[in-house]
Amino acid sequence: MLHSRTLLAATVAVFALLGAPGAKAETPADTLIQAWAIDDIISLDPAEIFEFTASEIAGNSYEGLIGYDPADVSKIYGKIAESWEVAPDGLSISFKIRDGRTFASGNPITAEDVVFSLTRAVKLDKSPAFILTQFGLNAENVDDMVVQTGPDTVQFKMDKPYAPTLVLYCLTATVGFVVDKKLVMEHEANGDFGYEWLKTNYAGSGPFTIREWRANEAVVMERNPNYSGDAAPMARVIYRHIPEGATQRLLLEQGDIDIARSLGAEEIDAVRSNSDIKIQEGPKGSIYYLGLNQKNENLAKPQVRQAMKYLVDYQAIADTIMKGKVMVHQAFLPRGFLGALEETPFSLDVAKAKELLAEAGVPDGFSVTMDTRNTPEITGIAQAIQQTMAQAGIQMELIPGDGQQTLTKYRARNHDIYIGRWGPDYQDPHTNADTFARNPDNGDDAASKPLAWRNAWDIPDMTKLADAAVLESDPEKRAQMYIDIQREHQQTSPFVIMFQEIEVSAMRSNVNGFIVGPSFNDNNYAHVTK
Amino acid sequence: MSDDTDGGGRSSALPRILWKLARLAATVALTFLGLLVVTFLIGRVVPVDPVLAVIGDRAPKSVYDRVFIELGLDKPLYEQFWLYLQKVLTGDFGQSFLTKRDIADDIARVFPATMELATVAIIIGTVLGIPMGVWAAVRQGRLADQVVRVLGLVGYSAPIFWLGLLGLLVFYARLHWVSGPGRVDIAFEYSITPKTGLLLLDSAMQGQWDAFRNVFSHIILPASLLGYFSMAYISRMTRSFMLNELAQEYVITARVKGVPEWRIIWVHALRNAAVPLVTVIALSYANLLEGSVLTETVFAWPGLGQYLTNSLQNSDMNAVLGGTLLIGGIFVGLNLLSDLLYTLLDPRVRRQA
Repeated sequence: MLHSRTLLAATVAVFALLGAPGAKAETPADTLIQAWAIDDIISLDPAEIFEFTASEIAGNSYEGLIGYDPADVSKIYGKIAESWEVAPDGLSISFKIRDGRTFASGNPITAEDVVFSLTRAVKLDKSPAFILTQFGLNAENVDDMVVQTGPDTVQFKMDKPYAPTLVLYCLTATVGFVVDKKLVMEHEANGDFGYEWLKTNYAGSGPFTIREWRANEAVVMERNPNYSGDAAPMARVIYRHIPEGATQRLLLEQGDIDIARSLGAEEIDAVRSNSDIKIQEGPKGSIYYLGLNQKNENLAKPQVRQAMKYLVDYQAIADTIMKGKVMVHQAFLPRGFLGALEETPFSLDVAKAKELLAEAGVPDGFSVTMDTRNTPEITGIAQAIQQTMAQAGIQMELIPGDGQQTLTKYRARNHDIYIGRWGPDYQDPHTNADTFARNPDNGDDAASKPLAWRNAWDIPDMTKLADAAVLESDPEKRAQMYIDIQREHQQTSPFVIMFQEIEVSAMRSNVNGFIVGPSFNDNNYAHVTK
Repeated sequence: MSDDTDGGGRSSALPRILWKLARLAATVALTFLGLLVVTFLIGRVVPVDPVLAVIGDRAPKSVYDRVFIELGLDKPLYEQFWLYLQKVLTGDFGQSFLTKRDIADDIARVFPATMELATVAIIIGTVLGIPMGVWAAVRQGRLADQVVRVLGLVGYSAPIFWLGLLGLLVFYARLHWVSGPGRVDIAFEYSITPKTGLLLLDSAMQGQWDAFRNVFSHIILPASLLGYFSMAYISRMTRSFMLNELAQEYVITARVKGVPEWRIIWVHALRNAAVPLVTVIALSYANLLEGSVLTETVFAWPGLGQYLTNSLQNSDMNAVLGGTLLIGGIFVGLNLLSDLLYTLLDPRVRRQA
C-alpha cells in the first residue's frame, strides 16, 4: 500500500514539476456526467432512432403524445396529448392536443406538428417505421390515415380494430415522438423532410436539448430553457464514450464521472462495497435465450428441445456469471408486461434430460455448434451451458464471432444454436409475441424474419392465436390469451428462454433521482440532483 | 525507392530526376491501387451483412431491400469498385454507410487525436531509446546491457491493455499524478477552440496554459506507454547498429589518434548509425499513427484505431477504405521523408542523387 505521508509530499513535488492540476476535480455541480458505450448511435432523428443509447437520449429530449409510468406501465397518461378517445368501431383514436406547450425553439406545439411527425416517420420508412405501419399505414395512405380534424385534434386511423393499449404503447416509442415541423422544414433538402439535418441535430420539446454528438466520443445535452414542464435541476448532461468497464470503474471511483452505465459483472461486484458509490437496478425488457434451428434434424425433435431446457443451470449463471445483471425468466414476455408468465418450470436436471434424449432416439447425445457473440458475458454464459450440456452427452462447439457476424448468420438460418438477447420494441406484449410466437411464412424468402422464422419453426396455429390477441380490446381477456400462448410456447418452442435483463448502473452516492425504466427511452434524468 | 545505384553521373541531372519522379509516382499509385483492391475485397468477403449494421435487426424486408440498393450492393463487384475509385480520384471518399457522415470529416475528427498521441509517444521513445541503445552497445554484455535488454523484453511482451490499466491504477487512481482517461477534462472541453485538432498545439496557440497543462496530464500516460513500446524497439535497433559501427576500422583509427571516447561514440559512430536508425524511427512512428485500438479503448481516446475497428465490425467499408488510404499515405509519406533524411545524413547518397 502506497498511501504514506512521504508519498504525499513526493506527489505534491511531482505535481509542481509536471504542472498537473492540484486537487482532483469533482464533476461540476450542475453537470451530470455518464460513462457509457455510445458507439451504437447512428442517428438522432426520432424517425430513425432504434438503438439503446439514442433511444435514451431521445426519451430525455423529445416528447410523444402520451407516456406511461415507468414503475407501473399500465398507467398511461397524456404528454403532448391532453386526452384521447377510441372510436366506437375501434378503427380510430382521436387525440386532443394540450394547449400552451412549446418546443425548445419557442415554436408552439400544435396538432399540425403531430400529424407532420407521424406521417413523416411513415414516409421516411426507416427501421422503426413498422411500429406505426403495422396498423395499416403506408407512404401512400398515411395522409388520409393520420389527419388533423380540428384546431387541436388529431385522428389516427387503422385498418383493423386493434387493442387500444397496443396502439397507445406503440405511440410511446421513439418513432412516435413529436418533432418541430417549422424548424425541421427550414432544413429540408430534396424532399427529405429535414432528415439529413435532423440526423445530427435537434428539434424537440423535452426537458433537455441535444447540443452536440461527437461519434465515439461524447453526447452533450443542455437544459431546455423553453421546457413546458418543471425545469431540470441539471444544466448539462454529458455522455462520455468509455467502452471499457474497468476504465469506467476507475473514473467512477475517482469521482471524474457521476454514473457508470456499462460496468461488467465483475466490476459491479467490486464497487458494491465502496461507500462512495451506490448501485441502482431496474428490470429491463431484454430476454436472453437460445434459438434452436429446426433445420437441424436433432434439434427438430420435440424431446430434444425439451431436454435442452433441462440442461441449463439457470440460477448458477444468474448468480455467478452475471452477478445480478439478470434474473431467471423462462417465458417470452418479460415481467412488467401485460400477460407476462412468471413461472419458471425448468432447472438443471441431467437425469430428466437423458431420459428425454433416449426417448428422442439419441441416448448418447450428439454434436452441435452454437454461434456466440464474443462479449465476455455472452461467452461466459455459453461456456457454462456447454459444460452442462456435456453432462448429458451433447457435445457443443462454440463458434465465437462479432455481433454483426453472428447476426448475419442467424438471419440466414445457417446456425445450429444461437445464443441471443432480444429487447422489446415497445411496451405492448405484441412486440415479443410477434417475433417469438408468430411465423406467417416459413419459406426461405419470407418477407419478415421473426425469431420463429429464423429458427425455422413453422407454427400456423400459434400464429393465429397471436393474431387474435392483437384484436382483443378487453385487457383481462387479452392478458389471459398471452398467458395461454406462453404456457404452450414454454414447453414446445425451440427457444430456451433463460433470463430477463436487469440494468445495473453504479453512481456516486450524491446522485439522486435517476430513473431506470423498463425500456431505454424510459431511463430518465430530468429530476436528477447531486 | 532511393537506392538506385545505376546513376554514377553518366547522364545529365535533370532527365534523371524526372525519371526518378515518374518512377516514384508510378510506385505510389500502384501501392494505393493495390491497397484499395485488397481492402475492398476483404470488405466483401467478410461474412457480415452491411445492410444489417445500418438498419438493425428489426426492419421489414421493404426497408432492407431499399437500403441494399441505396448502398449500391446490387451492382456487380467490379462496378462497385470502379464507382468507388472514380469518386476517390475526385477526392470524394464517400459517406459512412452507418451514419451517412462524410468519411473525410470523420477522419479529420479522429486522426488528430491519434496523431497527437503518436507524436508525443515517438518523441518519448526516441529520446529515451537512442541513449539507452548506445549505452547498451558500449557496455555490451555488462549489467547495463542486460538491464536495457530486460526493459526491452518487457516492452515487447507485456500486453499493452494490461499495462494501460495498471498504469491508470497506479498513476491516476492511486498517486493522482496524471489525469484519467479521455483527452481533456470536461471543464476545458469548450474553452479550447479546435483549429488543428491537436489539443496541445491548439491550447498553446491560444495561450490557454491551464488547458495545456490539463491536456498534457491526460496525454502523458498513454503516450508514455506507447513510447515505452517504441523505446524497446528503437533501443534494440540502436544497440545493434552501434555495435556494428563500433567494430569498424575508423573507430579503431580514431582511438589510435587519441580522440576522446565520448566523441567516438556520440559523434563518429552514432552519426553513421543514425542513417538506418532514421528508417526505424519513421516506421515506428507510422505504426503509432495507425492508432492502437487497445490503448485507445482503455484510455477512451477517440482516435483512428477505435474508428477503424468499429467501422470494420460494422462492415462500414467506405470508412475502412478511407482509413486504409490514410494509413497507406502515412507509410508512403514517412518512407519518402526517411529517404530524404538519408540524403542529408549520408554524403554518399547525397552525391549520387
